[in-house]
Amino acid sequence: MKQTVKVKPSTNEKIVVDAKGKDTKQLNEILRQLVAQGHTHIELKNVFGQRYIGTDLRKPVQIDIYGTPGNDLGSFIEGPRIVVHGNAQDGCGNTMNDGKIVIHGHAGDITGFAMRGGKIFVRDDVGYRVAIHMKEYKGKKPVLVIGGTAQDFLGEYIAGGILIVLGLTLKRDEKHRANFIGTGMHGGVIYLRGNVAPHQLGKEVSILKLTKEDLRELRAYVEEFASHFHFDSEEIMREKFIKLLPLTLRPYGKLYAY
Amino acid sequence: MKTLLPPEFKIIRDEAKCIKCQVCVRQCGFEVHTYDEEEDVVLSNNAKCVACSRCVKFCPTSALNVIKNPLSYRENTNWRQEVIHDIIKQAETGGVILTGMGNDKPYPIYWDHLVLNASQVTNPPIDPLREPMELRTYLGSKPDQLVIKGKHVKTKIPPQVPIETPILFSAMSYGSISLNAQLALARAASEFGTLWNTGEGGLHKELYKYGSTTIVQVASGRFGVHPDYLYAARVLEIKIGQGAKPGIGGHLPGEKVSSPVSRTRMIPKGTDALSPAPHHDIYSIEDLAQLVYALKEATNYQKPVCVKIAAVHNSAAIASGIARAGADIIALDGLRGGTGAAPKIIRDNVGIPIELAIASVDTRLRQEGIRNRVSLIAAGGFRSSADVIKAIALGADAVYIATAALVAMGCHLCQKCYTGICNWGIATQDPYLSKRLNPDLATQRLINLLRGWSLEIKEMLGGMGINAIESLRGNRLHLRAVGLTQAEMDVLGVRQAGA
Repeated sequence: MKQTVKVKPSTNEKIVVDAKGKDTKQLNEILRQLVAQGHTHIELKNVFGQRYIGTDLRKPVQIDIYGTPGNDLGSFIEGPRIVVHGNAQDGCGNTMNDGKIVIHGHAGDITGFAMRGGKIFVRDDVGYRVAIHMKEYKGKKPVLVIGGTAQDFLGEYIAGGILIVLGLTLKRDEKHRANFIGTGMHGGVIYLRGNVAPHQLGKEVSILKLTKEDLRELRAYVEEFASHFHFDSEEIMREKFIKLLPLTLRPYGKLYAY
Repeated sequence: MKTLLPPEFKIIRDEAKCIKCQVCVRQCGFEVHTYDEEEDVVLSNNAKCVACSRCVKFCPTSALNVIKNPLSYRENTNWRQEVIHDIIKQAETGGVILTGMGNDKPYPIYWDHLVLNASQVTNPPIDPLREPMELRTYLGSKPDQLVIKGKHVKTKIPPQVPIETPILFSAMSYGSISLNAQLALARAASEFGTLWNTGEGGLHKELYKYGSTTIVQVASGRFGVHPDYLYAARVLEIKIGQGAKPGIGGHLPGEKVSSPVSRTRMIPKGTDALSPAPHHDIYSIEDLAQLVYALKEATNYQKPVCVKIAAVHNSAAIASGIARAGADIIALDGLRGGTGAAPKIIRDNVGIPIELAIASVDTRLRQEGIRNRVSLIAAGGFRSSADVIKAIALGADAVYIATAALVAMGCHLCQKCYTGICNWGIATQDPYLSKRLNPDLATQRLINLLRGWSLEIKEMLGGMGINAIESLRGNRLHLRAVGLTQAEMDVLGVRQAGA
């Protein structure tokens, strides 16, 4: 059923849509229509599990989400800036190409899966298999900053981009719990604040100290993170970070007989 | 380490005919032939020969021939020559043996045990030369029922893609084959009215203009997948598996990731392009449904979504899941499907023959009353129009061909695609080699193949008294089995010939 758009424009040209009772297809169709009409700032109220929000908009619109968006939030996006005032579910930013997603809460499994560009900031923790197969290309360098900690397989197969884990939700001296961090890593970089034991890392990964350039790069993203969630970036930066890099860009180069 | 591997092939040079023009030297990318200026003689190193026939066919005086190396091992049906060679190779390298193209082992080829019917006296045959014969096939999900009011169809029909012959070009990525080869496939598909498939390597800029006849793949590595790529295509294909390597991922070695390949795949030059074995966002049918609809949402429900799987033991149940996950098309790739690179042990031992898979999937979907919801494309070693028409009679809507298309372009099945060297200019990114494939000629050869097969299909259809390919689909009464067991006939749903 095609939904007609009945929304009241509020001040600041922001338009408010009540997502209550609308299914995924209906809600996304409304978003398409609003963006086609030229709206650039949309607020979604009462979002409850609707999937793929932001997909197929292809313009630098701002979407504020209240409630809980469903899986694949912002998948394939190229432009939109999405702010979730709450938690996100699985697959947030799946294969995203450009744009920004800010989550004031937790995000689920496979956050940032195969993302090639844009930025994701998650205030709290994330689930399993986060940032798998993130990759970069030329001007496109994806950035995923996780304020808390992550579950297993963090950054598996990562081929490019920057993954930052701040561990802010860990108690003092509490270790990150993820295992298999960076398994199959063959590009990109992971910056990790807080402690991990070597056995938690994939065998394709090496631990390095941060250089001055690394710190400069890291600080910029930490400041951006802190500004979204009102943290003190200086305090975050005071703790020690480690840098994880792939041992080789060809982890499986010697596997075959020709 | 000195290799104990004997040459597989032997080059026979007729010195009386050889004019030392060195065409063979220049044509062989494997550097088999060398010219010794001092002695004025062309030498050949048998050990490097792959039997691709390039030098043989290009020798202007027909002075060359390549034969199997007659080196004799003691006869042994268990320890065959290939087995011994593989062991030696692994003893020397400790690696996984790679290969290219499809399974070459002597599994039963069921096509050769199925024969077609023809009309005699009653239900007379139709002459396709004089009467219209329709091969057009519509790919896409068909509604469960049609609501018609007056002259108008009220039911919303999902996107349909017409193809003028039930033959499509199967996925071959840019990276595994050259741009010239992809260009020829794209042009031939456009001109003939069918579709070609990008594989998982992205869509080269120059090929965007063929978008309306392009199937683009979304595979586990998500290489080159972005909104423009999705919107450019006619059909979106989620690649779960491939017949040549069911259950394992892909791996384009860094050496093959040249600048243009890196641009199209959108990864840095020289890095390995790893496709994980699973899609890490798909661990269940529900997850698959999520990606199917993610793609539909990303393209505003304008394009059918195909899910490609390798034919394996549980294909029928999986296909049912795929249909219920909202896919419009299922592509099934059988045991003999080709590849640009795969571990030989996987290629030769994993998966089931496509004939059995088509029959069991079609049967299952019919039993569940959901056959109309998906089109079924079969793939994996289709050699002729007879294989195609038998596949359709077994229950496929259309057929993917790749190896046959490569052979039409010049491939001689030497199975060395994984080396990146291809003397026929197909499976290579080396500009010196890839410019050998003239895209105009290759396009014409592909169109000729499609035309020849299509004409033959019309002849066979007419012979059965059928004038539209749609009437043959799943019509297994037009097939009979010769030399199969009862169990095989039961799976195929085909009766014994003469019975």
